[in-house]
Amino acid sequence: MNKQGYTRVAIAIHWVMAIAIFSQIIMGLYMTSLTYYDPGYRIWPWWHKSIGICLLILLCLRIIWRRMNPPPAPLESHQRWEVTTAHLTHITLYILIGIIAITGYLISTADGRGIDFFNLFTIPATITQIPDQEDITGLIHLYLSYLLLAVIGLHLAGALKHHFMDRDTTLLRMITPNPQKKRKEHHHESN
Amino acid sequence: MKAIKLGAISTAIAVLMALTPVQAEEYVIDTKGAHASINFKIAHLGYSWLIGRFDTFSGNFSYDEKNPSGSKVKVEIDTASINSNHAERDKHLRDKDFLNVSKYPKATFVSTSFEEHGDGKATLKGDLTLHGVTKPVTIDVTQIGAGEDPWGGYRRGFEGTTKLTLSDFNINYNLGPAAKELQLDLHVEGIRQ
Repeated sequence: MNKQGYTRVAIAIHWVMAIAIFSQIIMGLYMTSLTYYDPGYRIWPWWHKSIGICLLILLCLRIIWRRMNPPPAPLESHQRWEVTTAHLTHITLYILIGIIAITGYLISTADGRGIDFFNLFTIPATITQIPDQEDITGLIHLYLSYLLLAVIGLHLAGALKHHFMDRDTTLLRMITPNPQKKRKEHHHESN
Repeated sequence: MKAIKLGAISTAIAVLMALTPVQAEEYVIDTKGAHASINFKIAHLGYSWLIGRFDTFSGNFSYDEKNPSGSKVKVEIDTASINSNHAERDKHLRDKDFLNVSKYPKATFVSTSFEEHGDGKATLKGDLTLHGVTKPVTIDVTQIGAGEDPWGGYRRGFEGTTKLTLSDFNINYNLGPAAKELQLDLHVEGIRQ
């Protein structure tokens, strides 16, 4: 394995989660705006819940994978504040995704009903006794999602800064396990 | 200033005492022992009934067998306690689309008149405040019974039904043409004080 790069598995999990999280935020806001007679009133929440469960599973797999295959060290050109900010941002993203997924589960299962996972099986309810559970977890779910969107913005800004301003391999590392090669090709083409 | 205020208060007390019938029995609605419920039913698409209730409320009433028309009722309902046996639906019902419970945490009913028709049937009129809107409502009442309970107390119970039009209370979410009205089914048992 190339020390400079992430594993293919890590890259795959990153992008699948990125797409899923964006879909979830859009779907969550869209589906809660629907009225009772909208044809999507029942189907969108069904997708939202099943994808949310997938995200929670992916987050767990990702943390396990990260333990087994530590990510490459930050580029030497990175400043200390950049490394610290990036690291804190990553930890915040993991924590937010975890809490948002868990609170989503707690909304849907507050009355003891399980979540129908893609019509395959039912994920049972566990915690149902928090007072006003669906209201409180609902508020946390919504506002932490807004916060998540802001932190994703910071994450994205960092990636774009490194790619376009610093012209280093930070972003390319999350696209290919061999970023050096890719950057050279890229330079070659633009010359 | 103080003397005028005191004078006004003592006059008010005197008036209130004169108005209060001495022999009316005062009852507290037995919500503690859960011998009272505020249930509702509303058409689901016009194909069936959706049943729900308010879990938390309190109230009292007075009743005088010799002068039933002097009876009074007052009930206060905790709107956030709505329970239709489905957490996601209840969350939506508490939301701005329906009860907006953070803005309107209480609903109240205060009677204005009570008229018995014999056979235990009666008509109760009063003002219902729900979702910040106060409207007069008429409740068809049946007295179920009254008497001593096995634990040294005295109880009296009624049931009542009324229909509410949701838009009257500024609840305008579209649940379809069959669900513009809601039926309230009230079951009340009071313990005499």
